Amino acid sequence: MSIAWYLAVSAIVFSLGAVGVMTRRNPLVVLLCLELMLNGGNLALIAFSRMWGNGDGQILAIVVMTVAACEVCIGLGMIVAIYRRQLPIDVDELRELQG
Amino acid sequence: MSAVLFFVAAIGVISGAVGVVVLRNPFFSVLALVAHLVSLAVLFLLLRAEFVAAVQVVVYAGAVMVLYVFVVAYVGGEEDSIGERLRSGASVGSGLRLGGAILGGALLVELLIALLGTGLEATSGYGAGYVAGPKAYGTPAYIGNLLLTRFLLVFELASFLLLIAAVGGVVLARRRGGIGEDDEHETFVALDVLRPRGTGTMAEGVGVGNGRALRADSETAPVKTGAGRPS
Repeated sequence: MSIAWYLAVSAIVFSLGAVGVMTRRNPLVVLLCLELMLNGGNLALIAFSRMWGNGDGQILAIVVMTVAACEVCIGLGMIVAIYRRQLPIDVDELRELQG
Repeated sequence: MSAVLFFVAAIGVISGAVGVVVLRNPFFSVLALVAHLVSLAVLFLLLRAEFVAAVQVVVYAGAVMVLYVFVVAYVGGEEDSIGERLRSGASVGSGLRLGGAILGGALLVELLIALLGTGLEATSGYGAGYVAGPKAYGTPAYIGNLLLTRFLLVFELASFLLLIAAVGGVVLARRRGGIGEDDEHETFVALDVLRPRGTGTMAEGVGVGNGRALRADSETAPVKTGAGRPS
């Protein structure tokens, strides 16, 4: 298959993740949709890497995976902290930072 | 053969992504994301990124998703409660949903124009040449060589970032009272077990060891057990 097909799949996955981030209200699912967006970026990176026959894109994809793991760690820690403080697990009702 | 494999994996990737966005129960969303990740690893293999595909399956679909499953089980995985409320009341919820879908569609069109409508002729090709071998493009030897020579700084920065994230996760999810002050459990002194109360020993007379000493001025005596501590 030509590289363009992979790029199309990555665009579809990225937009699906964006739709999920905008519409879902559970912060757990919002984090999952962020993972979808990162995966769309990863697929595009690896496709471009294959296009040029160069390993830099794969290294960048591994770094993106590392950043995603860090984001999951911090995000899930925040969700557990929210749950411990008996606050609603809902991104629309968490408005303590609002003025 | 590779075309068939591509379409099977691409359908798995996209349906997994749709499942993450659409499914109501967060637990099923996590399972859909696992299916999505495994299919994505197949796509990576088709792009000759063997090492990244293996890392994707082992680290992402294995470790990170187990973390998600644990947190969903701990938090309870509630459905979107405010979503029901908004839908039953005004049509704000469905309006937001529709607006999100429209924005996502616009983003998709824009991305497709940007990625496929470019003048790059190489996107319609099959990629650069590939020669199989033990140190060929995408193998662990190739990636390890790059990571430890050209991208050594990136590698070290990533490990430092992981350290910061681990410390941050522990700090965020710790018990609010701190680790040292554990008020729920009384301290348990072995002396109380070995010697029952009221046996008239000398240690009881001076108020040592037993929290409820029989002396009247036991307040002044050093109380070792945690029974008298304000909780």
